[in-house]
Amino acid sequence: MEAPIRAAQFLGFTVFFLLFCVCRSSPLHNLLISNAERRIDLTSHIVKVYLTLKVENAGSTPTSEILLAFPPTQVDHLATVEVLVTKGKRKKTTLVRLDVKPTELPDAPNGTKYFTIYLANPLNSGESMTLEVLYLFTHSLEPFPAEIGQSESQLVYYRDSALILSPYHIKQQATFVKTPSTKVESFTRVEPTNRAGTEMKYGPYEDRPPYSFSPILIHFENNSPFPVVEELVREVEISHWGNLQVTEQYTLVHGGARHKGVFSRVEYQSRPTLSGTSSLRYLLARLPPRVHSVYYRDEIGNISSSHLRTDSRKSELEIEPRYPLFGGWKTTFVIGYGLPLQDFLFESSDDRRYLNFTFGCPLLETVVDKLTVKVVLPEGSKDPSAVVAFPVEQHLETKYSYLDVVGRTVVVMEKKNLVPSHNSHFQVHYTFKPIFMLAEPLMLASAFFLFFVACVAYLHIDLSIRK
Amino acid sequence: MAAPEISTAAVPTLYTNNALRNAFGGVLAFFILLLIGVMAFSIRLFSVIKYESVIHEFDPYFNYRVTQFLAKNGIYEFWNWFDDRTWYPLGRVIGGTVYPGLTLTAGTIWWFLNSLNIPLSVETVCVFTAPIFSAFASWATYLLTKEVKGTGAGLTAAALLAMVPSYISRSVAGSYDNEAVAIFALIFTFYLYIKTLNTGSLFYATLNSIAYFYMVCSWGGYTFIINLIPMHVLLCIVTGRFSSRLYIAYAPLVVLGTLLAALVPVVGFNAVMTSEHFASFLVFIILHVVAFVYYIKGTLTPKMFKVAVTLVVSVGLAVCCAVIAVLIALVASSPTKGWSGRSLSLLDPTYASKYIPIIASVSEHQPPTWPSYFMDINVLAFLVPAGIIACFSPLSDASSFVVLYIAASVYFSGVMVRLMLVFAPAACITSGIALSQAFDVFTQSIKFQLPGISSNKEVDAAETSSATAEAQNDAVKTEKSEETSKNRPSKKSKKKEKEEKPSTKAKAEKKRLLALPLDSSVISLLLLILLGAFYVVHCVWAAAEAYSAPSIVLTSRSHDGLHVFDDFREAYAWLRHNTDVDDKVASWWDYGYQTTAMANRTVIVDNNTWNNTHIATVGTAMSSPEKAAWEIFHSLDVKYVLVVFGGLVGYPSDDINKFLWMVRIGGGVFPHIKEPDYLRDGQYRIDSQATPTMLNCLMYKLCYYRFVETDGKGFDRVRQTEIGKKYFKLTHFEEVFTTHHWMVRIYKLKPPKNRIRGKTKKSKSKTSSTSSRAKISGTGKKNPWH
Repeated sequence: MEAPIRAAQFLGFTVFFLLFCVCRSSPLHNLLISNAERRIDLTSHIVKVYLTLKVENAGSTPTSEILLAFPPTQVDHLATVEVLVTKGKRKKTTLVRLDVKPTELPDAPNGTKYFTIYLANPLNSGESMTLEVLYLFTHSLEPFPAEIGQSESQLVYYRDSALILSPYHIKQQATFVKTPSTKVESFTRVEPTNRAGTEMKYGPYEDRPPYSFSPILIHFENNSPFPVVEELVREVEISHWGNLQVTEQYTLVHGGARHKGVFSRVEYQSRPTLSGTSSLRYLLARLPPRVHSVYYRDEIGNISSSHLRTDSRKSELEIEPRYPLFGGWKTTFVIGYGLPLQDFLFESSDDRRYLNFTFGCPLLETVVDKLTVKVVLPEGSKDPSAVVAFPVEQHLETKYSYLDVVGRTVVVMEKKNLVPSHNSHFQVHYTFKPIFMLAEPLMLASAFFLFFVACVAYLHIDLSIRK
Repeated sequence: MAAPEISTAAVPTLYTNNALRNAFGGVLAFFILLLIGVMAFSIRLFSVIKYESVIHEFDPYFNYRVTQFLAKNGIYEFWNWFDDRTWYPLGRVIGGTVYPGLTLTAGTIWWFLNSLNIPLSVETVCVFTAPIFSAFASWATYLLTKEVKGTGAGLTAAALLAMVPSYISRSVAGSYDNEAVAIFALIFTFYLYIKTLNTGSLFYATLNSIAYFYMVCSWGGYTFIINLIPMHVLLCIVTGRFSSRLYIAYAPLVVLGTLLAALVPVVGFNAVMTSEHFASFLVFIILHVVAFVYYIKGTLTPKMFKVAVTLVVSVGLAVCCAVIAVLIALVASSPTKGWSGRSLSLLDPTYASKYIPIIASVSEHQPPTWPSYFMDINVLAFLVPAGIIACFSPLSDASSFVVLYIAASVYFSGVMVRLMLVFAPAACITSGIALSQAFDVFTQSIKFQLPGISSNKEVDAAETSSATAEAQNDAVKTEKSEETSKNRPSKKSKKKEKEEKPSTKAKAEKKRLLALPLDSSVISLLLLILLGAFYVVHCVWAAAEAYSAPSIVLTSRSHDGLHVFDDFREAYAWLRHNTDVDDKVASWWDYGYQTTAMANRTVIVDNNTWNNTHIATVGTAMSSPEKAAWEIFHSLDVKYVLVVFGGLVGYPSDDINKFLWMVRIGGGVFPHIKEPDYLRDGQYRIDSQATPTMLNCLMYKLCYYRFVETDGKGFDRVRQTEIGKKYFKLTHFEEVFTTHHWMVRIYKLKPPKNRIRGKTKKSKSKTSSTSSRAKISGTGKKNPWH
């Protein structure tokens, strides 16, 4: 019904693109992509795209920059882009990660956004190389219908292009789309298109000019819950007495199709497979090994439905929210745990210390819209600096905790739109003199000493007026 | 405080010995007190250990919410707080209707800790306020009993109070209620009164007024103080114990105390306007008359005095009569004759159940049963009579106060279970006196008859040492009997007075002690220790098993381990996160405080049952058929209705079991709700024999909606029966949430249908023209748009 109209629109769009490209003179045309294969994984609510590009330098000058192009609608939901290149020969291949940075080009057609891949060694003319590109989209599955009842299954739209958007000429390309089940309501056909089981194949298409675009719309069933953490504040507090205390405050929402009408517990309990299939029943958090004093609570008290499994490699915390989350339902909770300090705090060569800790959210398969990581350094720490693998906003704060006088320095890092692959390590370097550890015990001791001296003095002075 | 030092010159050889002994005794007493405090605190932590650090029950949630507000907005905002999230659409002026003592105390502790950069949450402070104050209360008990019968009795009483189950039941960690601090304030006020009475010091009298002020801030039970102390004063006057000390102890308390009490917004002019306070003014007048008589007696010759007496008595009587007449006129002009409902139900135990169902419906306002005495004060019940006897030998001002205190509190505890709490400290004090006196007697007789000491020389030494020990115990007593008129003893001037006493006293002691044979005293001692052990075991059991359940989370033990029922919080969390912030939630008033505190939603009625009509409206809605109920709720702008249902898991205190109270309270205001309509032959039942009114009322429908689909039969595990009406549909409500164990069910009011709008209007005008019209429009709660 709607799809043909959209297709027509996008056809116009494509024509426009093609026209644009013909009259466009670009310094990029000396590169071309001889073969591109794209695999789109739609099984969870995080869309994973694996793109394999074989890039050929057809020009005369060596180049060390390759551009990736994204439509503006997608770039807002783009969580991460990684580019890997295989090195070595035959058996001894290793994957090397390349630098990727967002780039603005002055004459981008229709607001196309670019990312530049910086090659380690320039690509000489006539040579070719293979790039593995992985990028993830969040919030890219649009539930349709937007509201569902308890027993209905969740159907979503996915929008993309059958042709890979690229500033380069692509000689041959194909796109594979994997859906979570065989239940696909509809999909746009751009011949040749095949569908077998849970996989759809668009292509192969040959010799497409730069900026080719052919919109497709896939409407399929995705009953996996869409756990979205709207806001996560992780506070990592370092105590040089040997403990690392982590407190994580979550605002969790089910980002799938909104729940409509009644919630019947009797149906939910008696027919769990039919009723509320897309509801979010539990979450799994992967915590570091040797975790201790784990708690899981919200503002009105402890939540008793959680299990902790620990072994020497990792700890898994399975948490159930107080109630099953249906689409649009929200909840907030706090997870806190302690960790042995020696696993995460190290001394660097220049007599500084650094904390090495994971950045992202420990919940599996979860999108985080906004993450704030606060590293609370011990009182008396100086010159903090943070090293993170990807760009984050940073600033410093001061926090007062138990009996602090000057306050603790807090390194605050903020990032938006995170996916589990952001769970890489970050480092916070700082200097700290161990003598500061004794400040508070000494303060307490002297306070008590003064108190007792005052008591003794009082007992030895007769304050009465009449003798 | 260390024990008073013993005078030196008389027995130089014993000096070092005794000084050491006394210093040691003082330090020992201090450490015992410290341990008692630690025990009082830690015995109340079972609820945190077994459950979690969480606020308990219903009223504490309100106090917690008020404290949060105080911590966030400061004291001035607090006094002016108009809460629009409760009693919708009326709202409630919190600052003017709440006893602020508890809130201010916890708020101050929180503020103090935070200014030391100790980041404790308001909740943590609230949870631990009650245990901290019970430690204070046991120290106050020590002071009070020490004033009455010496250090030994004080320590025993403090230890008993630290773990008396009745008090534990109201002060476990998390039980953040007024009583938590009020019991401390009560005992401390009594202590300062006795202290003033013993010393005649104005300093203590002023402190006493301040302690009384704190008590007024904390709890409505302050009326107990302001009636008990006048009673004691009257008793002293009647028994010829009038003295200037009595005057000092009482007159400043009435004047300062009343002025201070009037500062508390919730009391205000009630401090001089209601009959609860009149006894104190009357006694105040009598005291002055008596003081005047004594003064006249002192200045005039006996003959002249007789003449003066007749004159004064006649004039005094005339003045008294005039004053009393004015008072009575004032009282009679107020609607409840100056007495509040709760106080009236104290005087006449049947008053509440006859006239005020809303007071009678609260279980803690029922009279207690005998087992609850054994449960709540255990062996103290047997020791109390002995303690009373001990108070009579010798009877002093202080010990007569204790006798009066226990007599009054026994009566009040017999009227209302809740007032067991006032009785418990009295029982602890008298039992402490009894135990300590018994121990004294037995140990002394053992000491005298042990063969090692009974040789002549050592007898003397033992005699003197025991006598001095005795003197130390009695120090306070001797002080008060001898130096009372002089008073204001500085620490060093105390020493002189105690020298004469020991020798004469020791002989009398010796005679009395020698009466008990050795073996019987050893056996009695053992039995007493056994009794104490039994008490300790019982108290620990009560603290661990009976009184530490927070009641918002329930647990049950089955063969496959511990099962947790956390349904209340599940429902409140759902409401908090998944409904609009201004939605109104209707439920029975029991859940009002919890809903505002945990779910942060506006409620129609809550546990502060100040407006009977409003509660009756909700009761009427719950007992009406669906459509009528929908109309009532809709007129109150209610979006969600919350019911508590225990039928699936067997939770007995659910709404179906409370339902008759809703009918009664609703029927009290809206006469078309009649209790007999809900009873079949006088029996309350929900099975197939139930009346059609019952089976069609909203409460029944909301509780049992689709219940039959769980097991096919609809077997209610609380009522142990199959429900009467199994398959039915809801037309005006829809189920939006039911918790895991079905204990809380939340329904949403369906929006009014456009098409039949004209029809609803008509039917509404019809219903309002019938019986309920006057009531609904009279209460002004009808939707103004109709």
